[in-house]
Amino acid sequence: MFTTRLIHAHEKKVLALAALILVIAIAVPASNLLLDPGNVLHVPSHVVPLFGKYLCYALLALALDLVWGYCGILSLGHGAFFALGGYAMGMYLMRQIGARGVYANPVLPDFMVFLNWKALPWHWTGFDHFGFAALMVVLVPGVLAFVFGWFAFRSRVTGVYLSIITQAMTYALLLAFFRNEMGFGGNNGLTDFKDIIGFNIQAPETRATLFALTGVVLALALLLSSAIVQSKYGKVLIGVRDAESRTRFLGYRVENMKLFIFTFSAMLAGIAGALYVPQVGIINPGEFAPANSIEVVIWTAVGGRGTLIGPIIGAVLVNFGKSIFTAAFPEFWLFALGALFVATTLFLPKGIVGTLQQGFASRRDHKAAAEAEKGRTVPAREPVDAQPQAAE
Amino acid sequence: MQLISRTVRTMVFLLGVCLVSAAGALAQDGLKPLVDGLGATAFPQKVEAVKQLAATGDPKVPEILDKLSAGALFAPKTGGAVYLVEGGVVSDPVTGAPVEGVAAGSLQKIRLNNMLRGAIGDAMSQLTLLSPDRNARLSAAQALLASGDTENLALLDGALAKEADAEVKAAMESARAVLILKTDASAQDKKAAIENVAARGDRGALNILTAALATAPPELVPVIQGRIDGIASSLAVWDVVQNVWYGLSLGSVLLLAAIGLAITFGVMGVINMAHGEMVMLGAYTTYVVQQTVASLAPGLSTFSLAFAVPIAFLFTGLVGVAIERGIIRFLYGRPLETLLATWGLSLILQQTIRSIFGPTNRQVDNPSWMSGTFDLGGLAITWNRMWIIAFSLAVFLALLTLLKRSRLGLQMRAVTQNRRMASSMGIRTPMVDAMTFGLGSGIAGIAGVALSQIDNVSPNLGQNYIIDSFMVVVFGGVGNLWGTFVGAMTLGIANKFLEPYAGAVLGKILILVLIILFIQRRPRGLFALKGRSIE
Repeated sequence: MFTTRLIHAHEKKVLALAALILVIAIAVPASNLLLDPGNVLHVPSHVVPLFGKYLCYALLALALDLVWGYCGILSLGHGAFFALGGYAMGMYLMRQIGARGVYANPVLPDFMVFLNWKALPWHWTGFDHFGFAALMVVLVPGVLAFVFGWFAFRSRVTGVYLSIITQAMTYALLLAFFRNEMGFGGNNGLTDFKDIIGFNIQAPETRATLFALTGVVLALALLLSSAIVQSKYGKVLIGVRDAESRTRFLGYRVENMKLFIFTFSAMLAGIAGALYVPQVGIINPGEFAPANSIEVVIWTAVGGRGTLIGPIIGAVLVNFGKSIFTAAFPEFWLFALGALFVATTLFLPKGIVGTLQQGFASRRDHKAAAEAEKGRTVPAREPVDAQPQAAE
Repeated sequence: MQLISRTVRTMVFLLGVCLVSAAGALAQDGLKPLVDGLGATAFPQKVEAVKQLAATGDPKVPEILDKLSAGALFAPKTGGAVYLVEGGVVSDPVTGAPVEGVAAGSLQKIRLNNMLRGAIGDAMSQLTLLSPDRNARLSAAQALLASGDTENLALLDGALAKEADAEVKAAMESARAVLILKTDASAQDKKAAIENVAARGDRGALNILTAALATAPPELVPVIQGRIDGIASSLAVWDVVQNVWYGLSLGSVLLLAAIGLAITFGVMGVINMAHGEMVMLGAYTTYVVQQTVASLAPGLSTFSLAFAVPIAFLFTGLVGVAIERGIIRFLYGRPLETLLATWGLSLILQQTIRSIFGPTNRQVDNPSWMSGTFDLGGLAITWNRMWIIAFSLAVFLALLTLLKRSRLGLQMRAVTQNRRMASSMGIRTPMVDAMTFGLGSGIAGIAGVALSQIDNVSPNLGQNYIIDSFMVVVFGGVGNLWGTFVGAMTLGIANKFLEPYAGAVLGKILILVLIILFIQRRPRGLFALKGRSIE
């Protein structure tokens, strides 16, 4: 029943993209594992985690789009939720190293032995169980977002003020995680992972599986997000984005609506972080840097906020560009990124997908108008509701 | 005991008097036999020779003893005449004249042991206590105070008796008091000494008294304890004063960095993420101006900062106007997108500077009138902090006057309060916007000039301040410069008071958390503009 609603409620474009992601999620690992290296279609082993990284970023951008594109909350702290999810996964992976660390301590990770700690700090308990870690991956960012959002939305902190305090939040976490006393590996973070649920994390099969898993999770998240924004709640959410006071005056509890989407989005970001860490092999406080969170915003903006497809396309495109650019002309990457920010906001405020949609829509209007002149019946046009107006 | 000490004191005094008067006249051949005594084979004899040399007070003696310490004095194996051997050249240690006919190979280095080194050290401090150079005497007295070597007490008394300089005398007296507390002098003497030490009232005095407490006679214990408590409580007060001072100093830096942001945000509602880069541009302007002045007119180097302030203001102001006209003007009414565009701009500016000047820090020199410290009560105040506080107050007041008294200020305030109404009244709001943005950027440039004096001038300079500046603006509220002022000073002082308890990083985290909580209470900051408009 739920699944049928899930399928019927979606736009065709979203379904198509979800299907495409699923195909990629199966095709890339299959080509990597089954085809021999000489084959033209073979995906080399080092490319698989790279693509996996893009998919994680796409999931993160999708999470940000839910709050920014559909609710008008520009979070400059989504990197923090991503990193928290990543740390939860990293802690599980650290505990899996066991006695294989440099200091061969069966309980304590290397950096704790190095700091001369005698026992595992309290917040590490339970992280040797995958189930517990997986729960924390969604729970920690979720709780943080809930508490933060509960305070912020109830006091009606909006617009740039909200953006700035989300940035302060991730900055405070950045400073905190840099401290050795916090017990998260300080500057170096968590790395040197060996196993994940008993499988060697370096093995091509594990990496292929992780990639496939990321793809499946991304496709599911896309469908779920689509179900949310297509629902009645989603429509009201867009109302909150475009005219918050009016929505409030109509009797909706704006705070609760914002709080739900913010918490949900933070959980998605946490999952993205958890999928990211085993594929990249390291998590360190640098992930909390405010610059990272702003970069997520630009992926979303480039792809097109307020469309679910946009952020996914944007994240993959920008990061693919970044990989190529930083390898070819490392000095010019910041110029390119900066120019991308400026150009997108000035010339492409709706992003690639939004602009294309608008183009199609206006062409259809022209066609409809032309046909109306000929005296034919005009097919009712679907409303294009996902276009963000001014943010405030 | 007292009699002996008095006799010794008198003797040293007399000695000192004749030394100074006779120093110049003392024949150099009188020195030579004493120097030759250093060549003796037994250590006690050498020590005796050192003491005699010190007693002459001849200005050449420290130099000779230095050579002895350095192992440059040589004598025949069997003892006898002493020679200075440096770089294979044999010379007379007193006159410095080369000596013919003595082969360096036939001589042996005069060996030292700890007893002899100790004697040399004593002799040196004795000689410097009587040195004609005021600063040498002062540092000798301070060294004695630090070492607390009671053997030098008599010597100190002698020097004290003929000291004329008030500051040196005070230093010697406190050194003497410290020494007396270590000896078994009479209770009365000790009491005077305690008062003397307590009068200094610093942390060093506290340590001395605490050490003296252990060995003091029972009747003096309450006196010492009372003095210790007194010093401790006054030190606690000075600690608070010092924290406030450091807080003001940090606050004035924050004020400089944030005030331009407050103007652009307050008037235009524009969050300028490139503000930090304007600060950075100002700092690099200072660097360029300094280099130019140094190459064109080296005589004016001390005043290069005075040139840098207007140039940085104009340069960053022009950059600001260009940014406003080129980018921001198209984004009015879309604050979140302005934020993104200016962030992109900040990346471009950073990378531009990195490409031109390289990623490493650039050296900007402090002019002489900005370096050094002075004491104010229990505070050591550095001149550069002092100047920056004064400078930021001056900038703040100038800006306040500009806003309250000038035509542009009036127009800016009108636009802040009601843009459409101001426009209807004939104010050219686009022009006001450009001017406002230019002014805000120019102020950031001036902040960069000041920051170049206390921070590293690197492409990342602005990044270190941007988040703090935002916190100040958000905390203080927009539309009122006093909000920024109070916000900056509060955050600066709060930061410095949290630091001793929580550490620098944790203190900063606490501040951030407190601000996030504060925003819940007052979402528009401390000094929010009152209005009836909704959104």
